Amino acid sequence: MKLAGFLLLVAGWAIVVSALALLPSAGARTAFALAGMAVELLGLALAVRSHLVLEAEGE
Amino acid sequence: MAPSPPLSEVSALLCFLLILLVPLAGVGLALINCGLGRARSAAHAMLAALCVTAVAAIVYVIVGFAWQGAAGRPEHVLIVGGKAWGWIAAEPFFLRGLRLDLSPAALVVLLQLFSVGLAGLIPLSSGADRWRLGATCASTALLAGCTYPLFAHWAWGGGWLAQLGANCGLGRGFLDGGGSGAIQVTGGLTALSITWILGPRRGKFSAEGLPAALPGHSAVLVLVGCLFAWIGWIGLNSGGAILFLSVEPARVVLIAVNTTLCAAASGLTTVVVTRVRFGRPDASLSANGWVAGLVASSAAAAFMKPAAAIIVGGVAGIVVPLVADLLEFQLAIDDPGGAISVHAVGGLWGLLAVALLTDAGAPGKSGGQWLAQLVGMATLLGFVLPLSYGLNWLLDRVYPQRVQREGELQGMDLYELGAGAYPEFDIHGDEFLPR
Repeated sequence: MKLAGFLLLVAGWAIVVSALALLPSAGARTAFALAGMAVELLGLALAVRSHLVLEAEGE
Repeated sequence: MAPSPPLSEVSALLCFLLILLVPLAGVGLALINCGLGRARSAAHAMLAALCVTAVAAIVYVIVGFAWQGAAGRPEHVLIVGGKAWGWIAAEPFFLRGLRLDLSPAALVVLLQLFSVGLAGLIPLSSGADRWRLGATCASTALLAGCTYPLFAHWAWGGGWLAQLGANCGLGRGFLDGGGSGAIQVTGGLTALSITWILGPRRGKFSAEGLPAALPGHSAVLVLVGCLFAWIGWIGLNSGGAILFLSVEPARVVLIAVNTTLCAAASGLTTVVVTRVRFGRPDASLSANGWVAGLVASSAAAAFMKPAAAIIVGGVAGIVVPLVADLLEFQLAIDDPGGAISVHAVGGLWGLLAVALLTDAGAPGKSGGQWLAQLVGMATLLGFVLPLSYGLNWLLDRVYPQRVQREGELQGMDLYELGAGAYPEFDIHGDEFLPR
């Protein structure tokens, strides 16, 4: 779960960067950048959750 | 990317003097870190601050500047869509070939020498009372030699984030004059990585997951640290704006006013928030609020009107105590000095504030400025955090970063240094009880 969280963080960033490089219109860029940011937040939530679970197991 | 315009002799001298204030920000952070930790780890905290500053400076000179560079100097580029995007500088190691005079590139080196140490001090507060000295130095070397210079090149060295304005028409590109992102968020996200890798202090969370209060040992050190940090931040924000945003030197007065207003509004707001929540103002959280205001001011200080600075600080002062509570009570993250809420969250807010509350965008293109700032924030979360976590995770495999159990029970001073910071003070018996 931790690895998935970090992969999502990187994937979200890749979406943002790809949108800038590949999309010509401002509207599409904005939409994809926001979508990429949402994926990053999902990844961050997953990474946080995985550390919560790991610490609970440790105790 | 085009080089920064040359500075007049007076401007360069003013910039040099402002940069000389920056180490005071490091003094402030070191005192805050020390005061928010336990008495039995106080000497360790201050020695770690010195070691971190030293390691950061040396590693930065050896490899950091070679990868960060400065605008208009040699860099490696990727051609995408017919446009050149700078991704890493191509300078020689050990600053070879660079004349260290009052030229913009030499002033960049001097400012970065101090600010990379500042970034290294941020995770120290998160790892307080359990982070080994050797691991602290090794982790700082990774920060100063890899994570920091990469992002700093993108934002300040003429890299792809700085080029977003020219290449994509997004305002003036990613703007971060004083380092809300490059210094503070990078340090704050490294602090998050460290807290995850080290885990919480022994006795911090009960079996049911409820946090125990482990108060810092000296509110005086913490509050004096805030005052030192304030002076240092004025130098940091002003010097950074002259070098990285090419603002005219006369604007340093506006920057100093905005930096002060931001910190003042943030500190006061946190005093009020903690007064409302707990019935009395909380000194530690209020100090964190003050520093969060400084952090949030860094990106936008050169562009804001004073009224906007008060708003930026006010929001930071509300957000910081709430995020600190969220991290401790909901997410079981033990961050003794509040580095994550102050530096990572405060810095992200500062970056966003550039787009929301300033007129920083290029004339006629200001609509894209917020997207440029968003891309910078996405890069910090999606690239800097995984890189920082990955490097520190690998380091932990090779050289365990957390001190052994006896070290935590005994205190870092006695365990790693062999002597305490306050040998003539009373030691309370419960300090040595197993938890």
